[in-house]
Amino acid sequence: MEEELIISGRMNDRVDPTLNIWHWEIPFYLFVGGLAAGILFFAAFYYLNGKEKDYPTAVKIAPMFTPFLLILGLIALFLDLNHKLYFWRLYTTIRLESPMSWGAWTLMVVTPLSFIWSAIHLKEVFPKWDWKFEVINKLEQFFINHKKHLAWLMAVFAVLLGIYTGVLLRAFNARPLWNTSILGPLFLASGLSAGAAVVVLLTKNELERKLFSKIDIIIIVAELFFIIHMFMGLLASTQVQIEAAQLFLDGPYTLPFWIFVVFLGMLVPALLEFLELRGQRIPAVIPVALILMGNVMLRFVIVYAGQASRYLY
Amino acid sequence: MRYAMAIDTKKCVGCNDCVVACQIENKVPEGFCRDWVVEAVSGTYPNLELEYRSERCHHCANAPCVRCCPTGSSHIVEGGIVLVDHDKCIGCGACIASCPYDARYPHPDGYVDKCTFCIHKVRKGEQPACVSVCPTNCLYFGDLDDPNSEVSKKIKERKYKRLKTEAGTDPQLYFLI
Ligand code: SF4
Ligand code: SF4
Repeated sequence: MEEELIISGRMNDRVDPTLNIWHWEIPFYLFVGGLAAGILFFAAFYYLNGKEKDYPTAVKIAPMFTPFLLILGLIALFLDLNHKLYFWRLYTTIRLESPMSWGAWTLMVVTPLSFIWSAIHLKEVFPKWDWKFEVINKLEQFFINHKKHLAWLMAVFAVLLGIYTGVLLRAFNARPLWNTSILGPLFLASGLSAGAAVVVLLTKNELERKLFSKIDIIIIVAELFFIIHMFMGLLASTQVQIEAAQLFLDGPYTLPFWIFVVFLGMLVPALLEFLELRGQRIPAVIPVALILMGNVMLRFVIVYAGQASRYLY
Repeated sequence: MRYAMAIDTKKCVGCNDCVVACQIENKVPEGFCRDWVVEAVSGTYPNLELEYRSERCHHCANAPCVRCCPTGSSHIVEGGIVLVDHDKCIGCGACIASCPYDARYPHPDGYVDKCTFCIHKVRKGEQPACVSVCPTNCLYFGDLDDPNSEVSKKIKERKYKRLKTEAGTDPQLYFLI
């Protein structure tokens, strides 16, 4: 191939040679967003299946962390904006074509839901809890009466949020690495696995821990499948996509991706959880920490490598 | 109306006058640019070829930057010119990530900025600053829908290429080769 060697571009090291517009804020936000989505999904799912009593951590306790996670995510998003005082502009428009707009509105629904869900379980988790004001008690009762509707909304929006964390990147077809539809399912799976891992860590209930360890293993297998699929797709595509895949196969992101994301973040914790289910004693914190680390790394690696992938001239 | 620019790569000498003219005309902050000149070498030694290309926003007919913008700040006006409304932009960078030509930069004042085809001059019937200043007259700006415009004529007479068409953006810069 006759390749062009660019000798001088725009002489602007702030843009060239690779796009460098998103830093830690976006991957961090994608991580906490995915994690919150995972936790909220399991909470809604097992509540709707009538398993509130069997899996109290998943339905009541783990969701208590999601308001904080989502707020941290929102803060990160806010920090990423260059024109911070104008952020409210996101909410004066609905732009169906823009995934960022979708994300902003999804968060607008999920965040209050996570607050409400946590609030209506506070009295069960902390028996001494007192709202102090009669209005709040009434409000709480209102939401408890509509818990089923809440759970449905939460299940739907948690999935949307989880998929969205991948679809956001997928929409930028200027970056060949991101331009693959597998990112949505991959990020959703990754968020679910992080959510399940948090339940494993928090629960004191043997049955619940076993179930969520199993869920984790299944999701990790699915993730590995998506990753293989992603590479098959990229490698079977055009030159720019092949070059994007090369970033992971023989390039600057090879080590972080295969060691931290795939090996330490997926294979090792899946194996540990498997051994644990087989009766070996393994402190839950080890696989959980590895899964969360792998989750963070996946987002960082994909966001950064995506910005390094580009179309040829 | 369909504004476009034709750039004669055979006539361009890479003097960067267009870049300077743009920076002055549009008060582009130091260290950034709305247009730039690429010096591209291609081929295998010893059969090398050098090409100069004055590049800027391609005012894509299928503009991903406009699609991705969550606030509607990036929009399209008459003649297909793609603009950024500074007061609506939140500086999220979605458009920067979505532009295959890296035509946009984050202005230090927070909003995102890029080439406007000097729409403030075009509306007055003038030429964009880069076009009017080019010492070799290698930039042509005009309406593609008008068969008598200089751009239309050049595109008809000469061979041309457009950049990264595989990205599906339908760019409106035509590089005469
Ligand atoms: S060149 Fe980039 S900024 Fe200009 S219209 Fe096309 S995508 Fe948008
Ligand atoms: S940075 Fe501004 S113009 Fe670009 S997508 Fe965000 S809001 Fe729109």
